Amino acid sequence: MDALSRAESAARTGYGRLLALLATSSGDLAAAEDALADAFERAVRTWPERGVPANPDGWLLTVARNRLRDGWRSARARRTVALDVERDAPAHLDAIDVDAIPDRRLELMLVCAHPAIDPAVHTPLMLNTVLGYTAEQIGRAFTLPGPAMATRLVRAKRRIKAAGIPFRIPDRGDLPGRMAAVLEAVYGAYAIEAPAGLGPPVEISAPAGLSSPGRVGSPVELAEVLARVAPGDPEARGLAALVLLCAARAGARVDAAGRFVPLAGQDPAGWDRRLIARAHEHLRAAHAAGRLGRFQLEAAIQALHCTPGADPRTLLDLHRILHRLAPSLGSGVALAAVTADTEGPAAGLTLLDTLTAGAGAAGAAGGRFQPARAVRADLLRRLGREDEAASEYAAATALTTDPAEREHLRTRITRAPGHAPDRAFPACAQHPDPEPTSGHPGIRPMA
Amino acid sequence: MRYALLMHYGEPAPGELDQETVAEAMRAFDAYAKALREAGVLLSADVLQPTDMTTTVTLREGSPRVQDGPFAATKEALAGIFLIDTPDLDDALGWARRCPGAQWGVIEVRPVSTAFVDGAWTR
Repeated sequence: MDALSRAESAARTGYGRLLALLATSSGDLAAAEDALADAFERAVRTWPERGVPANPDGWLLTVARNRLRDGWRSARARRTVALDVERDAPAHLDAIDVDAIPDRRLELMLVCAHPAIDPAVHTPLMLNTVLGYTAEQIGRAFTLPGPAMATRLVRAKRRIKAAGIPFRIPDRGDLPGRMAAVLEAVYGAYAIEAPAGLGPPVEISAPAGLSSPGRVGSPVELAEVLARVAPGDPEARGLAALVLLCAARAGARVDAAGRFVPLAGQDPAGWDRRLIARAHEHLRAAHAAGRLGRFQLEAAIQALHCTPGADPRTLLDLHRILHRLAPSLGSGVALAAVTADTEGPAAGLTLLDTLTAGAGAAGAAGGRFQPARAVRADLLRRLGREDEAASEYAAATALTTDPAEREHLRTRITRAPGHAPDRAFPACAQHPDPEPTSGHPGIRPMA
Repeated sequence: MRYALLMHYGEPAPGELDQETVAEAMRAFDAYAKALREAGVLLSADVLQPTDMTTTVTLREGSPRVQDGPFAATKEALAGIFLIDTPDLDDALGWARRCPGAQWGVIEVRPVSTAFVDGAWTR
């Protein structure tokens, strides 16, 4: 491996870790980023000439920390900040063993999802600091101009410093709520890239040298990082499993001609077995913890979808538990669809209309929720109510932003009845509630 | 870090609160202030008179102007200030949660930018 590739490799594996280490000591995310960027730049300049150091991560950390220390010692800083003996003392970091230092990425993620930070910025901030995506790339995923996203990120980082948001694992009483925010943010990262019904397909290309580009790169990475730094949290494991299972099927949901393939019609040979196996590992670990949660249930449902010949009653039970545990428009629509598969389209339609036509926000949102309209269209068609089905298909098509899926729905309108059950609604996981208040307001599932 | 806990709530009209309610609030604030002091984070605690006791001073238009009444007449008003010194925002938020005023009003937690301590401006 040449020096440049080594620098890239160090960037890939180390960015979030090194940034978290640097930021925890100072609480200043922006300064830590500048220092780290400086260290990477120095690496790219000096490694090809002088050779790659034996311990690239340690080298980068040392250079970045020296850089931070330069800032603290500057005349300007000295006028306003008292000398901190421990912080400012010369340290011999050349022999530093980065692997021996605790991984502070969980702290970094908890900071990104702190309740004092605008929830809309939780996910972008994590993508930016933990995985190193640029404001431009994140802006594209959130359908926001790059400069606007950059402004939000800068404002959030300034807030972290000025308000004194701590880089630490919160107290036991606060941790569950904060972990939930982290999980939501990672799920949000997945939702913006999830295929179909959740907005335009996102083309987050990986940052230079970071992982392979692709639509499923970043959420999978974020979820894996989270599962690694919080291995004892069953919901973190469940979320990782969920994201991996969907990533595993990403290749099979569009055929060679670019047409959308519903789950029932997908060729399991096109699924990524390696990712599925990894997801099952996470699920087993989550199960061992003995605390059931929403993401574990969603992952279990997806795992069942990946199992040919699975018992539909089991699937229905899982959907029922999920809808009771974490009711949302998405979970309701999925429950109605599965009910139709086991108890007939009439039962499914009754349930769907009950769940989406109810009073309040969910009822109003039901009409604008693409999966609800797509499932309703399918059920009407299976009941032989052709005219109503056609108009529902038209409504669903109008709400679909994914070109492949829109094309698929268009073909359904003209097709004769009596066709096999059609999972026209996206096969990938539950949908976040389309109401932007439900967790990741930055994401516009129905945009 | 120094934080100001700014208590905002609707001002009761004179005589609106009965004696028992007032006494109970005073007991709660007493316990709260003592807890802050015992934790070593309390710098100062001031509960303010109602806004109609306020006088506003400005030099903004060149000449001094002294006016009867608050800066802005709103339904809820600044009612008191606790100045505390805690390691970080989470600690300050924890104390804000325990503030009796949070039960009937809003506590704004504002980091202090700079403070005049021992004869000099400091951070």
